[in-house]
Amino acid sequence: MKLIPCPICGERAEIEFTYGGQAGLTRPADPAATTEAEWGAFLYARENPKGMHRERWRHIHGCGQFFNLTRDTVTDRFIP
Amino acid sequence: MRFTFDGADYDARPGDTLAAALLRNKIHLMGRSFKYHRPRGVLASGAEEPNALVEIDRGGARRTPNLRATVVEVFDGMVARSQNRTPSLRFDIGAVNDLLAPFLPAGFYYKTFMWPVGAWARLYEPMIRRAAGLGRAPELADTDRYTQRFAHCDVLVIGSGPAGLAAATEAAATGIRVILCDEQAAFGGSLLSDPSEALATQLAALFANPRVTMLSRTTAFGIYGDNLVGLAERVTDHLPDPHPALPRERLWQVRAKRIVVAAGAIERPLVFPGNDRPGIMLGDAARIFARRYGANPGTNAVVVTACDTGADVARDLAASGIVIARLVDLREGFRVTGTHGRLRVSSIEIDRGGTRETIACDFVAMCGGWTPSIHLYSQAGGKPRFDPGIGAFVPGTEVTGLTCVGACAGDMPPAYRAGVAPVNAEGRAFVDWQNDVTAKDLKLATREGFRSIEHVKRYTTTGMATDQGKTSNINALGIVAGALGATIPEIGLTTFRTPYTPVTFGTLAGLSRGDLFDPVRTTPMHEWEMARGAVFEDVGAWKRARYYPRQGEDMHTAVARECRLVRDTVGMFDASTLGKIEVVGPDAAEFMNRVYINAWTKLAPGRCRYGVMLGENGFVMDDGVVGRLAQDRFHVTTTTGGAARVLAFMEDYRQTEWPELRVWLTSATEQWAVIAVQGPRARDVLMPLVDGQDISAVAMPHMSVVEGTMLGIEMRLFRVSFSGELGFEVNVPADYGHAIWEAIWDRVQVYEGGAYGTEAMHVLRAEKGFIIVGQETDGTVTPDDVGLGWAIGKAKKDFIGKRSLTRSGMTGPRRQLVGLRTDDPATVLEEGAQITATIEDRRPLGHVTSAYGGTTVGHSIALAMIEDGRARVGATLQVRMPNGAIPVHVTAPVFYDPEGARLDA
Ligand SMILES: [Zn+2]
Repeated sequence: MKLIPCPICGERAEIEFTYGGQAGLTRPADPAATTEAEWGAFLYARENPKGMHRERWRHIHGCGQFFNLTRDTVTDRFIP
Repeated sequence: MRFTFDGADYDARPGDTLAAALLRNKIHLMGRSFKYHRPRGVLASGAEEPNALVEIDRGGARRTPNLRATVVEVFDGMVARSQNRTPSLRFDIGAVNDLLAPFLPAGFYYKTFMWPVGAWARLYEPMIRRAAGLGRAPELADTDRYTQRFAHCDVLVIGSGPAGLAAATEAAATGIRVILCDEQAAFGGSLLSDPSEALATQLAALFANPRVTMLSRTTAFGIYGDNLVGLAERVTDHLPDPHPALPRERLWQVRAKRIVVAAGAIERPLVFPGNDRPGIMLGDAARIFARRYGANPGTNAVVVTACDTGADVARDLAASGIVIARLVDLREGFRVTGTHGRLRVSSIEIDRGGTRETIACDFVAMCGGWTPSIHLYSQAGGKPRFDPGIGAFVPGTEVTGLTCVGACAGDMPPAYRAGVAPVNAEGRAFVDWQNDVTAKDLKLATREGFRSIEHVKRYTTTGMATDQGKTSNINALGIVAGALGATIPEIGLTTFRTPYTPVTFGTLAGLSRGDLFDPVRTTPMHEWEMARGAVFEDVGAWKRARYYPRQGEDMHTAVARECRLVRDTVGMFDASTLGKIEVVGPDAAEFMNRVYINAWTKLAPGRCRYGVMLGENGFVMDDGVVGRLAQDRFHVTTTTGGAARVLAFMEDYRQTEWPELRVWLTSATEQWAVIAVQGPRARDVLMPLVDGQDISAVAMPHMSVVEGTMLGIEMRLFRVSFSGELGFEVNVPADYGHAIWEAIWDRVQVYEGGAYGTEAMHVLRAEKGFIIVGQETDGTVTPDDVGLGWAIGKAKKDFIGKRSLTRSGMTGPRRQLVGLRTDDPATVLEEGAQITATIEDRRPLGHVTSAYGGTTVGHSIALAMIEDGRARVGATLQVRMPNGAIPVHVTAPVFYDPEGARLDA
């Protein structure tokens, strides 16, 4: 089981966390103004890189905070 | 010490493995092979053993199959049995398979059991299951106890041979925390064949160091993320009469800053015809049996070698008093062309340049080179590289936090470095002893087009089963590479998976069995419900009372009676499992506006609203009644199953999308016990209990909430109804839930009411056409689809999911919620059944989502999601039931009190 570095609590075991998907997606400020394609991409288009992946985690069974981490999907290790 | 093997009585010495004790008693025949039932002896001396699998019977449930005789420690009175033979090891009728071997090539199952299709389940699979498999699984529940421990250390050293001991000693000298584990009973690894004063001194120092934990009989079976290592410690299997307080095995989950793998190397057998007879074993194994255990495998040996190990082995065996009939060095042009001896090897045939010779012997030692044990290194993410000098893979890429030392790192004496040995694939030349895979099988697989070693493995089963190819993988790779004209690195290496050796389910489960298998959530009224004979259903981890059968009542009768109580007088229902979230703060209403489809700004404190929540994709995710307690405080309820998900969803938006909103979310699910009181007499029941609170229809209309006290206890009283009747939901602190329930129960008795369970609750709500999220909805349903379009706050610019409601495909003809009635009022439709327009038309228009008998409306009812359903009201459709189609009439989804007059009573 991996250790995940929570910025508040430090390294804790993976079972204390939930995965939050790709980081950096921002909900459009005015969804009604988005095109069909833009909104569709916001809903469903996600990166699936071999290598560095910026992603969200939440320390749900600890401090409860969401935070972002970079993980190398090849080695499954977090990059500081 | 005495023990029995297949009923015969034998002597053993302290420290013996079962294999060593049997060899000392001149027993070589220890098992029958998996596929051909060929007689087999012991091949190896340790955990890599593929052949000598036995059953140890300690009586009752304590019967363990498939243990390696080379690992099992003998204790006084041990009962051991061979496996995979009928009726006896010496005469096994399964050996007929061996005569049929020409008809049982690689991939035999795939080719033979293809047709007819129906025969697979009826005939082939049961037959194969009977014939296949190794030991007999125990039939009784395991009576032993297993425990689990977590540990942290600076350095975990795996393996206590010379390299591991040196690493542990060096690490311990710096004062850091060290754990040293070894799969064997004693520490020392290869040093155990020559016990020395130096070894004793080194071990004594480690045992005396309080910062060092020494774990013997402990296998490091897997490396998981970030240096978490699974260790399986066998605590009592070697004891004749273990103390009952001791666990049988212990799982250690060790988080190590640094892992030192000192797992050693495994010797490779040689591939030649008839190489599997009892008495033919690895050279190092023969030497260990002779020197460490004083159990000479015979008196007259032939040593066949492909490297300089053979000379070492021959010398050591001779020193133990064994006659070396011949040292056959394959590098000198010799080939082994066959062996003889039915239940034990009696001679071996060799050939050089056409000159054949038969040499009599009573055992054969094979030295085919050494394979570093890179299993743990590979599991940790290391990419091995092929070392042609060793003829095997060695650690390649660096792995953070892990070091390999000694033989497993490829660090071995020159005499042990041998390329992949030459193969004589004629006749029955075995590569994988456990799966009975021969060199011919592997060549056949390549002729049939298999190229990847992973595919060859699956097709021929080489490298599978309990030994995972520890002795066979490299030889198999060499043969496949040769057949394809490729090099071993080009063929690749199969993946090393955990566990390194088999681990019992008991060890992995630990205490998580029986009542401790899964946590159970119960409400404050659970004991009361149990005492009243409630039948429970599982909803998530919750135990919910489904119905309360009286003497002689079946479920149908009990549910019909409970429904009647609610409609006629009053019923009470434990709704404590409902999710509850307190949404508080100056921006609480704004937050609610964004999260729910409803409008909240104008909802006055003291009033409730039925809230619907969508995912960003526009589909219904959850629902529940929300009470506004104050300008800045909402009491939100969610579905029982959705509570945690909804809170996490809200928290995600609060933290990451709208951090500027001053709002806080707190789960209150377990803080409040909830008692629904529903029925025409509900107000009469509660009136004397609410400490003077005015709960009249005027003061407390439908969809209102007050905070007050009940019998002096803090109370939030909601006037809400999920039954269609006049109804309240009493919220009191969970600690008082049972007492308040009893008080309400006494009042309910006055009106000849009673308790009802979730099943009656479902029927009552379906009569009113109230949906259940997850039953009428399935993650593809919009609010309008289930008739909740009215709940959308039309003036709101945005809320989660709003934009998606106008995406293409989200409007226009969609499946909509309707009611269904059958001609026969007693017919209950099948939930999930598909619906078509006619019997002939097979295109599904939708499906039944809820269906109940035992209603209060005089006929069975059903809800369904049907394409353009609201336009089809009045039409007749066909429901495809298991025994044929049934005509149904489409109705509005409300069967009871469509005007809602009873709600406002
Ligand atoms: Zn944290």
